[in-house]
Amino acid sequence: MNTSSVQLCLRGVTRVFPAVEQQKPLHALGPLDLDLRRGEFFSVVGPSGCGKSTLLDLVAGLARPTAGTITFEGRPVAGEVPDGIGVVFQEDASFPWLSVYDNAAFALRRAGMAEKDIRERVDPTLAAVGLQSFAGAYPAQLSGGMRQRLCIARTLVTRPRLLLLDEPFGALDQQTRLLMGDELLDLWRLTDATVFLITHSLDEAALLSDRIGVMSARPGVFIDLVDTAWPRERDSRIVSDPAFGRVTGRLWEMLRGQSLKALAGG
Amino acid sequence: MPGAVDIDPAVPAAEHARSRGWSALADTVLLITGMLIVWQVATLIIGHEVLTSPLETARRLSAIMADPDFPAHAWETGRAFGTALIIALAGGLTIGVALGAHRLSGQVAAPILVALYSIPKITLYPVILLLFGLGISAKIAFGVIHGIIPVIIFTMNGVRNINGVYFRAARAMRLSGMQTASNIIVPAALPEIVSGFRIGFSLTLLGTLIGEMFASQRGIGYMLVKAMETNDVATVMALALFLIVLATAASSVLLVIDRRLHQSVIAQSGDSQ
Repeated sequence: MNTSSVQLCLRGVTRVFPAVEQQKPLHALGPLDLDLRRGEFFSVVGPSGCGKSTLLDLVAGLARPTAGTITFEGRPVAGEVPDGIGVVFQEDASFPWLSVYDNAAFALRRAGMAEKDIRERVDPTLAAVGLQSFAGAYPAQLSGGMRQRLCIARTLVTRPRLLLLDEPFGALDQQTRLLMGDELLDLWRLTDATVFLITHSLDEAALLSDRIGVMSARPGVFIDLVDTAWPRERDSRIVSDPAFGRVTGRLWEMLRGQSLKALAGG
Repeated sequence: MPGAVDIDPAVPAAEHARSRGWSALADTVLLITGMLIVWQVATLIIGHEVLTSPLETARRLSAIMADPDFPAHAWETGRAFGTALIIALAGGLTIGVALGAHRLSGQVAAPILVALYSIPKITLYPVILLLFGLGISAKIAFGVIHGIIPVIIFTMNGVRNINGVYFRAARAMRLSGMQTASNIIVPAALPEIVSGFRIGFSLTLLGTLIGEMFASQRGIGYMLVKAMETNDVATVMALALFLIVLATAASSVLLVIDRRLHQSVIAQSGDSQ
């Protein structure tokens, strides 16, 4: 791999949660190695409790690894979210006291950007996620899917070069998820950002990703990296392609044993 | 996907709110009328030497308000109460946010605050007088110790119950501690904070007036005690009416804000998916 194209680099990343009261320390993750290429769509799948969200927290700088190093664009990530990384969480993180527009403009206002420049960024971003006509509405007036799109828009206006998504569609129904996936692909092509998606859905990973990292049961390590070889121009109609079935089949083959192990281990 | 949307129809909601507003107003008028009738009947039964009638009380109040000394007394109470209120609200908000944001401090402080809240603070008044001397400072201090504790408790609980994902979002957006406090913590906990303000308002007024009733030469509390000493029931009743009307009006405004804020939060949490 050409080193200049590597945007995020993980080496020996390990996370052990310290012992609490009488319980033993919990080895949650690693050691993990990963090179994320600039502009690729990378997904992580794994059994429940394998440390997927922990991995996202580490990459985001929201938590520190117990051992190993994480570098983003050549600089170490440690303890705070680096400039250029945007995070969208699984839970609805839209602020109920702000309108859709003010939610989307939130980070830019805190950064002290001029209102005119904010508008130039927020309006097209809200349009891209289909929320332009709801700019004056409040999150309470939106459906769950719309609120999650708002959270994505709020992150996109900061123009992240690496977008971290922690099961952002986890709470949505299957049909909405497929359509949201298409929207995400559109946004990915539009922004040229690298996407790092955590998901428990094999279909979602197979549909959206250039590469998929398959994690083992706890402590989570990558047991397979699957290249989907999809063209950049793609959408949810891929599900009828025989190759889609092969990708999900391979993912499940790798994951079945791990999921049983996770289930047995509680 | 902008078509796949369910947004509350705005017009019927507004009409509904308006009709509810009218019925609330009618309820209030009915309640006040009922209270006046009960008051009048009570006066007839007990006798106006003990309980002056509503009309008599209103007359007496307008006479007191026309008195040239009254503005100075009202200003004295207003100044002491206003200062105490600002200190109680600002101090309570700051301490409450700090205790709510730092889990261990909050856990340590909560039982102490609840104990302080429940003790009769009048027992501390001699100490307050020794500390602050006779004059406005003691009244302000006494108002503050009454009002600040509920503001702290409500704010602290409001902050503790904030959805954790907001803090993660704040970190992901690289907000400083101060930015997180003012842009996330305060607005997210606002419904609870306003509830605390409402109770803090009433108790600060109570504390200030009690402070004026002892060891004071001016203010409405002082006028009240003087009237009590001379058994001037009409003045006692008139001053009580004055304070009740003021406090109820202010409390009602805060209650309306409080309910609106809580409703908007309920609408949000009840509408997920």
